[in-house]
Amino acid sequence: MDPAKLDLLQGTLDLMVLQTLATMGALHGYGIARRIEQVSGDAVLLNQGTIYASLVRLQQRGWISAEWGISDNNRKAKFYTITKAGLTQLVEDVAYWQRLAGVMEKILSVSKSSPAP
Amino acid sequence: MIAEFRRALSRTWAFIRRERVEPDLDEELESHIQFAVDENIRRGMAPAEARRQALIRLGGIDQVKEEHRDARSLPYLEDFAQDLRHTVRTLCRDRLFSTVAVLILALGIGANIVVFSVVNTILLRPLPFRDPQRLTWLATNDGKGGLSNQTYTVAAYEEFQRNNTSFESVTSYQTFFYSIPYKLTGRADPLALMAVEVAGNFFPTLGVSPMLGRLFTREECLPASGKVALLGYGFWKRQYAGDPSVVGKSISVNGAPVTVVGVLPASFDFGSVFSPGLNAEIFVPAVMDFWRGWGSTLALIGRLRPGVTVAQAQAEAHVLFPHLKAAHPDWYTDYDSKITSLDDHVTGQLRRSLFVLWCAVGLIMAIVCVNLSNLLLARTTARSNEFALRGALGARRGRLVRQLLTESLVLSGAGAFLGLGLAYGATNYLAHQGSIALPLLSSVRVDGAALAWTLLLTVLGAVMFGIAPAWRLSRANLQESLKEAGARMSHGLRHERMRSLLVASQIALACVLITGAGLLLRSFLKVLDVDLGFRPENTEAIKIEVNDGNDRAKRGAQLREIMDKVGALPGIESVGCTDMLPLDRNRSWGLAARGGADPKNRDTSIFVYVVTPGYLRTMGMHFVSGRDLSWQDGPDNESAIVINEAAARREWPNQDPLGRMAYGVSNKDSRVVGVISDVHESSVEQASSPEVYIPMTQADPEGVELVVRTKLPRSVFGPGVMETLRSLNPGQPRTQFRSITQIVDHSVSSRRFFAQLVSVFAAFGLLLAALGIYGVVSYGVVQRSREIGIRMALGASPSVVRMEVVMQTLRLALVGVGAGLVVSLGAGRLIASLLFATAPTDPLTFLATIAVLGLVALLAGFLPARQASNIDPIVVLRGR
Repeated sequence: MDPAKLDLLQGTLDLMVLQTLATMGALHGYGIARRIEQVSGDAVLLNQGTIYASLVRLQQRGWISAEWGISDNNRKAKFYTITKAGLTQLVEDVAYWQRLAGVMEKILSVSKSSPAP
Repeated sequence: MIAEFRRALSRTWAFIRRERVEPDLDEELESHIQFAVDENIRRGMAPAEARRQALIRLGGIDQVKEEHRDARSLPYLEDFAQDLRHTVRTLCRDRLFSTVAVLILALGIGANIVVFSVVNTILLRPLPFRDPQRLTWLATNDGKGGLSNQTYTVAAYEEFQRNNTSFESVTSYQTFFYSIPYKLTGRADPLALMAVEVAGNFFPTLGVSPMLGRLFTREECLPASGKVALLGYGFWKRQYAGDPSVVGKSISVNGAPVTVVGVLPASFDFGSVFSPGLNAEIFVPAVMDFWRGWGSTLALIGRLRPGVTVAQAQAEAHVLFPHLKAAHPDWYTDYDSKITSLDDHVTGQLRRSLFVLWCAVGLIMAIVCVNLSNLLLARTTARSNEFALRGALGARRGRLVRQLLTESLVLSGAGAFLGLGLAYGATNYLAHQGSIALPLLSSVRVDGAALAWTLLLTVLGAVMFGIAPAWRLSRANLQESLKEAGARMSHGLRHERMRSLLVASQIALACVLITGAGLLLRSFLKVLDVDLGFRPENTEAIKIEVNDGNDRAKRGAQLREIMDKVGALPGIESVGCTDMLPLDRNRSWGLAARGGADPKNRDTSIFVYVVTPGYLRTMGMHFVSGRDLSWQDGPDNESAIVINEAAARREWPNQDPLGRMAYGVSNKDSRVVGVISDVHESSVEQASSPEVYIPMTQADPEGVELVVRTKLPRSVFGPGVMETLRSLNPGQPRTQFRSITQIVDHSVSSRRFFAQLVSVFAAFGLLLAALGIYGVVSYGVVQRSREIGIRMALGASPSVVRMEVVMQTLRLALVGVGAGLVVSLGAGRLIASLLFATAPTDPLTFLATIAVLGLVALLAGFLPARQASNIDPIVVLRGR
């Protein structure tokens, strides 16, 4: 295992997928996986296959929809798009994630500089 | 929330159409790989390498599919469905094992369902009345003695009813059911009726509403009113074919018109609650003014006011009854009462027996589980190859354990299914056994609670017997297993120890069951062995009618004619009449020796039987001294009585009672003309009480039973007797003969019921133990066949090998029996109160248990021993 790569926290992949679809529009599974790898600068440890479990979860919740289509290079592929409910959810999740990140940031920096009395 | 709900629905949907979802995913993954391959090729990889890299980046197609399935569908259910398919396939392949396992389980679970249904009906389910917890039973004389001692006079009943503050209402029924004979008349052959006379508020107090029509009105319970009756459900169905129009019609009872005002519901079975075995057909109002002159005949039932406890009612009764007695100098006793909840009265004495029965059947379940566990363990070992292979192919250990547990569940589910069928039949059979004197037995059935219990047992059982093999597997080293299976060496010692332990514990459980059953059975045999004081076999009784207009001389003449004619019929050895039969019903009066101790300060109560000459001999009662009553003891002669030894001991201790005078049973003094051996009058198990026999020409009987002694079967002598009775009295109702044996049987029926059930369970436990021993020992022989072969090749004789296997078996049995005996000693103490003339440490029972288990162990060990000694060393050594 590559120690430089980040193991994904439970649920974060779903958020990444939602965000990717929100910015990129309709994408197929491979496209989403590649996009996440690229944006993260290959810092994320990702079995590309994991994407599909995430996609089915999001689809079952009604946040994305899927449709078979033809890709640029003329291949048949399943394309995913974010739904209205998905966009709402994304806003919520992003806000939550930023709050959490902010809190984590604070706690970690405090405990480093001044140990608990 | 909505999103999660949607997801749950989608998952279920995906699970249902799982076959159709899969191809879609395959296609999607294929396109994913193509995209990756395209990109890799663009980067300059060779096509083969490009595909390899693509697959690596994807993380393995099967893993992705598995992960996808987990997220998409209901993975547990999907695994379960798969396990189930696999299980059914495996079990079908191993048909013998499956059949044996399911049969064992079916018997074990079935027995448990039956006993649970009985316990549930008798102990757990509330009585079939409204608010039954507020109903109480009142009994005088601390609930001891015969019926007369425990019941109330009309005056006591009415006074208590008027003055108490604890009860919302107090009701009663007349306990001397046959004292006034009832018959359905107005037809060619009058039909004897089992009628119960109840107080007007009887049904309202219990909270029983009629199914059709109405209950009695207050006026209808007065002496002057027109006569009315309520029909019992069974009688209505049988006699009137369930015709609702019978309500409001007039039927003829004892030659007078009686209006049917209603029909009681099927759920109300008077006999099953108040007098097991009695089949009450009609209910009529008890006319209190009529019974006022009769002494104690009423049984009292009270409904407590809301919030009043039994203890409070009891405290009040202790004060109130003596108070009432003070106001009524003419009362014989103060009727101080013991008040118990009706539930306690009906089922209280059975609680321990039923608890023991429940324990016994629980033991059975434990033995079944241990046995199954052992069988499965043997299979797991035999299948270690399969599991090792599946493990090597990537099945997780948890998954394999789950597979094993699924197998257990399928087995126990199938067993439960079959067991339910068995239990359904058995409870149905029990419910129709009128001859077993257990209350409420007629309403035993497999109900919702029993089904829930079955489910619990099934799951619990599956876990219990599945856990050991699963545990073994989870600790097994799969690689070792693969290697070992190839070498077929003696399979881990630890493994065999575990199986031996299971067998030993099985023997121990069976041992407890067998000693318990042995003790109960021995008690039952001792009860059967009791000298009743009469010979019940070849004796039959039938209720007859005498139209004497209460003229004793006329009655004597009639009875004499009947007895002469019936006695002259072919095959009839002797004839006699009585009003009450022993072990059937009884009443008591007082009797004291003239010149004896003051009867005020002691108990003078005595069971009274009004009989004809010849009755005592017909019943096979034994004269100690004196003579039988005779027709010469007429209405105007000196009062003559025959007493039993118990009466003689009490009234004339250390003296010869013959010719002495006593008073209390006649309006003049009575002379003792004969003494008979003690007769068990109210119970086979209790010592007999003082009894007195009075001639029917000198006292009025409460109904007449004609008793005949004959070796002929009922179908041969019956019609002749009936014809004779009819020719003398055309009004003689059609009625059944009862054999005295039947009456004795009825009184020991609940003991027989328990002894038989527990014995059946013990036999089953023994069989299972034998099976367990055989299984383990023969399995051990097969496992060690190589070793045995080598030793035989080196010169061990077959007899030595045989001996060794038998010794191994006996060692197992010894450990099991040893542990079992220790537990049995404790269990014996637990059931001590259920035993009759048998010590809980009865040496014979314990020795017999040891002998039986030893013998069975020998037998179960002998077959594998012979198998071992037949091993051909050459075949074995060449074989591997």
